[in-house]
Amino acid sequence: MAREYETVIGLEVHVELATKTKIFCGCSTKFGGEVNTHTCPVCTGMPGSLPVLNKQVVECAIAVGLATNCEITRYGKFDRKNYFYPDNPQNYQISQLYLPICRNGYVEIETENGSKKVGIHEIHMEEDAGKLIHDEWGQVSLVDYNRSGVPLIEIVSEPDMRSAEEVIAYLEKLRMFIQYLGASDCKLQEGSMRADVNLSVRPVGSTEFGTRTEMKNLNSFTSITHAIESERERQIDIIEAGGSVVQETRRFDDSKGESYAMRSKEDAQDYRYFPDPDLVPLKVSEEWIEKIRSAQPEFRDAKVKRYKEEYAIPEYDIGIITASKRMADIFEEASAICGQPKKVSNWLMVETLRLLKEKSMDPEDIVYSPAHLAKLIELVDKKVINSSVAKEVFEQMFADDTDPEEYVNSHGLKQETDSGAIEAICRQVIEENPKSVEDFRAGKDKAIGFLVGQTMKAAKGKADPGTVNEILRKLLGG
Amino acid sequence: MALLDMTALELGREIASGKAGVKEALDEVFGRIDEKEEEYNCYITLDKEGAYKQAEEVQKKIDAGELKSPLAGVPVAIKDNMCTVGLRTTCASKILGNFVPGYGSTAVERLENAGAVIIGKTNMDEFAMGSTTETSAFGVTKNPADPTRVPGGSSGGSAAAVAAGECFYALGSDTGGSIRQPASYCGVVGIKPTYGTVSRYGLVAYGSSLDQIGPLAKDVSDAACALELIAGYDEKDSTSVKREDTAFTGALREDVSDIRIGIPKDYFGEGLDPQVAEAVRAAASALEKAGAKVEEFDLSLVGYAIPTYYTIADAEASSNLERFDGVKYGYRTGDFDDMHDMYKKTRSEGFGAEVKRRIMLGSFVLSSGYYDAYYLKALKVKALIKRSFDEAFKKYDVILGPVAPSTAPKLGESLSDPMKMYLGDIYTISANLAGLPGISLPCGRDGSGMPIGLQLMGDCFNEAAIIRTAYTWEKIRGSF
Repeated sequence: MAREYETVIGLEVHVELATKTKIFCGCSTKFGGEVNTHTCPVCTGMPGSLPVLNKQVVECAIAVGLATNCEITRYGKFDRKNYFYPDNPQNYQISQLYLPICRNGYVEIETENGSKKVGIHEIHMEEDAGKLIHDEWGQVSLVDYNRSGVPLIEIVSEPDMRSAEEVIAYLEKLRMFIQYLGASDCKLQEGSMRADVNLSVRPVGSTEFGTRTEMKNLNSFTSITHAIESERERQIDIIEAGGSVVQETRRFDDSKGESYAMRSKEDAQDYRYFPDPDLVPLKVSEEWIEKIRSAQPEFRDAKVKRYKEEYAIPEYDIGIITASKRMADIFEEASAICGQPKKVSNWLMVETLRLLKEKSMDPEDIVYSPAHLAKLIELVDKKVINSSVAKEVFEQMFADDTDPEEYVNSHGLKQETDSGAIEAICRQVIEENPKSVEDFRAGKDKAIGFLVGQTMKAAKGKADPGTVNEILRKLLGG
Repeated sequence: MALLDMTALELGREIASGKAGVKEALDEVFGRIDEKEEEYNCYITLDKEGAYKQAEEVQKKIDAGELKSPLAGVPVAIKDNMCTVGLRTTCASKILGNFVPGYGSTAVERLENAGAVIIGKTNMDEFAMGSTTETSAFGVTKNPADPTRVPGGSSGGSAAAVAAGECFYALGSDTGGSIRQPASYCGVVGIKPTYGTVSRYGLVAYGSSLDQIGPLAKDVSDAACALELIAGYDEKDSTSVKREDTAFTGALREDVSDIRIGIPKDYFGEGLDPQVAEAVRAAASALEKAGAKVEEFDLSLVGYAIPTYYTIADAEASSNLERFDGVKYGYRTGDFDDMHDMYKKTRSEGFGAEVKRRIMLGSFVLSSGYYDAYYLKALKVKALIKRSFDEAFKKYDVILGPVAPSTAPKLGESLSDPMKMYLGDIYTISANLAGLPGISLPCGRDGSGMPIGLQLMGDCFNEAAIIRTAYTWEKIRGSF
């Protein structure tokens, strides 16, 4: 029988921080500017320019470190990582090698096998590079430095994960912390969160690590899962065939579902790291850490616990709602305004999730305000509109945060509350549908549904189905 | 007195009082440049048109009473490693031969705000690497005291321009003596302030942890005044220091009665030209007579300064100069196969031999497996050197010694023996390693009539002590 293998995985996760300005200059970090417009002498590596550290970046990094139980380095430094590539205007990247800002942390993950701690080796700050644009027709490449100098943190885990499931749980957990902190939107597809997977295999029971490979270019949780599975297989096949795994960096091709070697350890560059003499040592005081600690938001685990105590909504809903800081914020604020958490939760769980899925959107990008959702709920409660009209209004609100009341008024969607008018429509419907009336009277209670539907249709939806039902029964029964 | 014979402050007073015009001063300077520049080659770029335009604006402001700086309207020369908006900044290198910055260095901007008129960019050793201005890609500069000799370096163009009257004062930069040594060779005054006193923003870096900008001038008063104008905290330079005591002209007093002077015995050992030793000791005796307390002492670790300096400076330089790659600005090779070939050829063709030597040395000491043995060790020695100065400054206010082992050598003598050239930095580099302020000022001439320099070093942030001592010495010397 073939030997059983254990997969050993460690992750290097890069997260682009959502600070307004770059890490070493005052340029904007906004996406989508014209090429080379969010640039200055500093982030384009002009001679004589000097970096000045953006304190907000340090605060973000410390906040993530505190959330992940790290020790915060009180005396830190930045180091230069030297390598020549045109996306890197100085030909060195300012990073942290010797004294990273955070060390020795962990996060707790839950999988089907229970909960487990994944160690965090370190978190360090560094600058992003520019982007090369290759001209497919001419013999030239162009470079856009808008991303050059955008702040990144790199979160390096210990090799504590043993399966794709654990990796995903770990990434979800990190993403949750960082999104809750507002430190980044953590989108894998857009590259604001990037994970490199270090993986090796070893016979079950072995205490020595096997030779690892590093995989890059993983743009979704699905591709991470596929990459882990295929790399595990590849390494086991090599070992089973009597070969040995080569330490190398591999690039995963999602469309083919396989990876190929980029460079081996032998051609690894010597980065000649040394402390950047243009930046002074970073001293982090106890007061500063406390200030950041006291500004930490309530994280997901605490929220889940509190929701269970405070709100009468299903545990499943709590799980979904708290999986997004934006959803949780909407839930809490809207519930506070309208006092109906169950209804708020329903709007989030049903219509919101449906539209997010339909439009392939991330919950963090929900635009409607909690106040408008509360107002919509109130409009239904007060029977100003019925639930089907409410769905129409909600779609508009979801698209552009329209004020539901204004929308209802301007589109004439208020439901008919004059019972005389509704009764007149009901009488007409009864007259026009003798067959159904007969059925109802013959004891077929279902026939009332058809009549209600007809009445609603005649009222152009602007009637409360409950009221219609009541009136029809009264007229038919009377 | 002819305008050209005036010091910068004297000219500033003439202009302020309306006795001389800014344009008139420029006419005189450009007249001298027309006469001498072909021979001396102090400048890489002259900006006659820009200077006259600037002169006109400055004159208007002076006339309107808007400019009150003591050096308003006085023509100044800038070392060509400081960025000047719209004015070519080459670092005396082929690789930046066509580089025109769109931003300026803070020190130059401060001078401009004080009404200085920039006449051009001075020659230097390529990227400030050298002690003779002979590594420039723009030809050698000759020493006005004897045109068969070098002006020193790396700020040789600035020192020679001041000595030749091709400007009234100049800015230089000093990483291991690059202001003080050429000041000494050319017979002018140069100050390297405490590290962090003048912003490095816009100064093209050589050794970032050692580089400082400072003035070269005709006398101590001019130098102190110019330093006062350029000093100050700059939020664009993380290593710049917030300090209040930058009113350096306040130290221009003839009084050394409370000054304790220490002379390091180690600075008078083998390799020092006896004529230089004699002149320096004579200056010390004169200061003692004027009331200073003078004694000799042992400054330890002097022998370690040179290897420490070249390890740190070259390591930083190897990284600082990586950005010159032909991708974004400056020189790019004409013919190449691919990206790496472009990098290789651009840098091989763009840098001179001395720069390449230092890039190689620096890359080596930072490389994996050697980092601890060289770079890290050098940082530790640097800290020890700083400590030995801290000890010395408990006992003394000023450390007095020579600037260089000899007076200016003949052109072409130094480059053939880089080790000898490096050893010539022995007395100046310690101030950079320890971050100390140092001043170089004339203290006589040798048998061939070449100027000899006297160096005074002070504790960090104590420019006042060296400026006061220098000023006193200048007064004593004047009355010889």
